[in-house]
Amino acid sequence: MEHNYEKEYGCLILKMPAELDHHQAEFLKEEADELLMKYPVRSLIFDFTDTYFMDSSGIGVIIGRCKNVRFSGGYVKAVHLNEQISRIFQLSGLMKIIEVE
Amino acid sequence: MEHLRNEMKMEFLAVSSNEGFARVAVGAFVAELNPTVDELADIKTAVSEAVTNCIIHGYEQKEGSIWISCRIEGHQVEISVMDTGKGIKDIEQAREPLFTTKPELERSGMGFAFMEAFMDEVEVVSEPFKGTSVIMRKTIGEG
Repeated sequence: MEHNYEKEYGCLILKMPAELDHHQAEFLKEEADELLMKYPVRSLIFDFTDTYFMDSSGIGVIIGRCKNVRFSGGYVKAVHLNEQISRIFQLSGLMKIIEVE
Repeated sequence: MEHLRNEMKMEFLAVSSNEGFARVAVGAFVAELNPTVDELADIKTAVSEAVTNCIIHGYEQKEGSIWISCRIEGHQVEISVMDTGKGIKDIEQAREPLFTTKPELERSGMGFAFMEAFMDEVEVVSEPFKGTSVIMRKTIGEG
């Protein structure tokens, strides 16, 4: 758990799990919310470097965290998506509500 | 290529750690059709959505079993995912993108939309208090 995030200059980088399904989503939600409570950062970055699978359960996690961070004036971004995950972002419309790099 | 014919059936507990197991098992079964990376990802995502629905909606995270049967006939694969959970009252509504009965669990309501996007055909058979079967078909390769 200690290695799943990085924090620098008011920015929290969340390392997404290898497979982001309903099973992993439950852990991720809990962990992300705990971190966001502990470090009230200005920006949140979802890092998909290690992620090769994501289904619709991942969408709920991302939208939920986006809402919380934006509610307090923060900024959210997703980085390093592979092709499969880009497709999921596009199909679900996530691409339109979150910046992707 | 010769005309392939193959079948498999499996039964497992409706627990979230089996979501990964189910999609990998189905992925391994369809491997003999030589799917592309994208086709394999499509099938795995669709299976993951169907199995997650059984766990969260069919059994509402209580104990139950899930059955998957797969059939390969030529270039087509048919995957059925079945539970004996609470069933779906209004199938049409359940299939609508963004519709969810569980917003409190941060469900996106995209499960059926993804199954439809990633498979060629999706059929849903359900009866309240009896259970739900989702039957999905996809042609792999040139068909």
